[in-house]
Amino acid sequence: MTTLQEPATSPEIGGIGHSVKRQEDDRFIQGGGTYVDDVVLPNMAHMAILASPFAHAEIKSIDTAAAAAVPGVIAVVTGELLAEHNLAWMPTLSGDTQAVLATDKVRFQGQEVAAVIAEDPYVARDAVLLIDVDYEPLAPITSPQQGLEPDAPIIRTDKEDQTDNVVYDWEAGDEAATDAAFAQAVNVVELETFYPRSHPAPLETCAVVADLNPITGKATIYLTSQAPHAHRTLFALVAGLPEQNIRIISPDIGGGFGNKVPIYPGYVVATAASLLLGRPVKWVQTRTENLLTTGFARDYHMKGALALDADGRITAMRAEILSDQGAFFADAQPSKFKAGLVHICTGSYDMGAAHVKARGVYTNKAPGGVAYRCSFRVTEASYLIERLADNAAHQIGMDPAAFRMLNFIKPEQFPYESATGFVYDSGDYHTALQKVLDEVDYENLRKEQEDARAEGRYLGIGIASFTEVVGAGPSRDYDIIGLKMFDSAELRIHPTGKAILKLGVKTQGQGHETTFAQIVAEELGIPSTDIAVQEGDTDNTPYGLGTYASRSTPVGGAATAIIARKLRDKARLIAAHLLEANPDDLEWEPGRFFVKGSPDQGSTIQEIAFAAYTNHPEGMEAGLEGVHYYDPPNMTFPFGSYLVVVEVDPETGTWKVDRMVALDDCGVRINPMIVEGQIHGGLTEGFAKSNMQWLTFDEDGNCIGSNFMDYLVPTAYETPKFELLETVTPSPHHPIGAKGVGESPTVGSPAAYVNAVIDALRPFGVTTLDMPILPDRVWAAVKAAD
Amino acid sequence: MEVNVTINGAARTAEVEARTLLVDFIRTNLSLTGTHIGCDTTSCGVCTVLLDGTPVKSCTMFAFQADGHEIQTVEGLKNGELHPIQAAFKEEHGLQCGFCTPGMMLVGKALLEENLNPTDDEVRWAISGNLCRCTGYMNIVKAIQTAGAELSAAESGATA
Ligand code: FES
Ligand code: FES
Repeated sequence: MTTLQEPATSPEIGGIGHSVKRQEDDRFIQGGGTYVDDVVLPNMAHMAILASPFAHAEIKSIDTAAAAAVPGVIAVVTGELLAEHNLAWMPTLSGDTQAVLATDKVRFQGQEVAAVIAEDPYVARDAVLLIDVDYEPLAPITSPQQGLEPDAPIIRTDKEDQTDNVVYDWEAGDEAATDAAFAQAVNVVELETFYPRSHPAPLETCAVVADLNPITGKATIYLTSQAPHAHRTLFALVAGLPEQNIRIISPDIGGGFGNKVPIYPGYVVATAASLLLGRPVKWVQTRTENLLTTGFARDYHMKGALALDADGRITAMRAEILSDQGAFFADAQPSKFKAGLVHICTGSYDMGAAHVKARGVYTNKAPGGVAYRCSFRVTEASYLIERLADNAAHQIGMDPAAFRMLNFIKPEQFPYESATGFVYDSGDYHTALQKVLDEVDYENLRKEQEDARAEGRYLGIGIASFTEVVGAGPSRDYDIIGLKMFDSAELRIHPTGKAILKLGVKTQGQGHETTFAQIVAEELGIPSTDIAVQEGDTDNTPYGLGTYASRSTPVGGAATAIIARKLRDKARLIAAHLLEANPDDLEWEPGRFFVKGSPDQGSTIQEIAFAAYTNHPEGMEAGLEGVHYYDPPNMTFPFGSYLVVVEVDPETGTWKVDRMVALDDCGVRINPMIVEGQIHGGLTEGFAKSNMQWLTFDEDGNCIGSNFMDYLVPTAYETPKFELLETVTPSPHHPIGAKGVGESPTVGSPAAYVNAVIDALRPFGVTTLDMPILPDRVWAAVKAAD
Repeated sequence: MEVNVTINGAARTAEVEARTLLVDFIRTNLSLTGTHIGCDTTSCGVCTVLLDGTPVKSCTMFAFQADGHEIQTVEGLKNGELHPIQAAFKEEHGLQCGFCTPGMMLVGKALLEENLNPTDDEVRWAISGNLCRCTGYMNIVKAIQTAGAELSAAESGATA
């Protein structure tokens, strides 16, 4: 059901639906944010890391004498030293192992080989250059195809049972049913495409300040962490420290986008160094280290096919995936789903059968894969189906919008069980696309395109109608290294009616301090500006799995709504006591209980809060506080339709975006202003990936793109302007009907941009292009098709 | 060597190595951490400060090069009350993680000193040396224009 959203609370209360200005902004606009690099502790030492220049090489020897002799150097740490403490290797969030500092060989360029701890960061970097490592270069593997060749060198010689470079083989769906449908197909549409490696590159790099107090044994670790609680547990497991003595503080984060989910070797080395030296150690990554070594995204080789019947209806889908995982399987991944949630690739379309086969391969490149505004490979899945949908329409001579309308899951089919086993909670895809088509006057736009072609101008129109799966997730199916993916909220209402909300998730710019306060405001009528939201300090917040994969609102937001409702139930009893009424005779309006039929006989939530500490009923526990752990019954399924108009110059190969019209349906919008801000950011990322942003490697495994001169991220000047539309189809199983939005535009938009450029070039016979669509690629495709 | 600057109106002095970058001088020696570091190649602009009123990337200057000069950082924007550029960034939702924000506001302020009514393209060009990975720039552009309108209203109010 599509509804229009009207706030239920007044602007003073500022509950759901109000574009409340952000609470966190006051400190950021005054330079008062505290990022990890801003943390300065007494007697703090500084660390720098030596990176491997080779992608694959045996380490013959490491000579640290010259580095250790530099005045101001406190210690030089090697893998050998760490091995003495059983710290040379660490577990990853995908159940693999990863070298902390290389001992046997290096497996990707940039890999951490040694570290220097010094009194001054400049000295630490000087000394790193004096470490002398003798390498014996080995043949590097720079693609999964190469890694699967029969005589390919084995990268993970450290793993006893590893006899090849395969990380995993995984499948979903029904192969036999899919084969049967393809056998009957009237048309088969095929696409082979590569989703290149991309890097989230948040402007703040990864950093740590590790402070192990030698007297108390308490480890306070300031960390750029999107998942501080999970990281605490991992630190306990890796370092063998008692978990109650570990306090992770993730302060303000300068952008995460999935890049700050994994544990990185530098964190572990700094912590070990602090433990050994008995003083705080700070490590702040350089941009080059960030791009070379930390969680990237994609690097996915995909083959997809659709089976169509005589009417152009999709009857089945096949997908075959080869994934470049890098040297370690190190991204955070729900353990049951080795290829993430790529089996959402049937997208917005109703079909009887689907089969997905995925294979992950080790290569001599940095580890990762799932980062970057994406709910575990949903981005790749959405890109594949939306490219296929466009190709299918063209192959059978149907308009791409009409083809989608014909094949969409219908509103009455929800909840809809997909061919790969997801149960979509709600959706109205036809209305969404129609609204976009109306907005651009689609028929007329197609005519304009015709007319322009006649004048030698090449306009292209690209559509993508995506469905996402976010909000991981129900504990029966979702865990990361065994930790179930629930999340939590603790609400403390103080005697004066002000409140503190403590969460297990962790904002990196998404505005949690504002939106989560609004959820409480909605449920309890306490003005959102009277509520302080705290996150990121594991000593002072309840356990949770953190913020990524658009899970904060679906899981942490639900926990918040439910604990607020529980406290409202208690507030009712206190109000009944104050009003000398029967609790059942009380009615609630935002911020106040009153006696049914006598609206002026009531108690405000503030009066009730005061009474909870000063005059609570006999037999009742004092206070108005509580905690809730929310285990979602299902995932949420945000969706949307995007339409892009581009103009391509086939002579120079350049293209520019004339219009980007984006309709998002993320269910109920808590703060529309913040939702739109998230969408702007995501659409920019989608544009970046389609236009310029990629991380490439040469045949020796050298990363081409290890700095912002070579790895192009868009500035304001290239970035298009966006026109936003919305529909609201609440999630039926979420307490406030919200679905999550941070990732939808990154997931949905790349296919729209690419489809638009291909659409422009169809007169030249161009049917496919890979991202990023660089001018030389356009030019070559036009020439080749000629 | 000794470096003397006037920063946000106050005279400050510190002893640094010749190779000390201005950004480290500001962050470490003067403990003003609102100026950030985001790259190694003069590309991101999160280190932007105003040197005698002109935006510079403080990661690409030595501290001694600023000796005797006047520097403004984000910490110096507020003058009793928020500077209109600060108010506008909040009002227009021109920031998310806040990491690029100090640099963006300072570049915006410098632009408005020359032109109170910049077009969308003019703002985009002016901030094209500053990256933002969160906002998609639309609301940053709007914030700078809003601040311009605010400043020009104040100006015409003052002259009226
Ligand atoms: S730190 Fe990136 S430009 Fe100065
Ligand atoms: S607000 Fe995060 S980089 Fe601009």
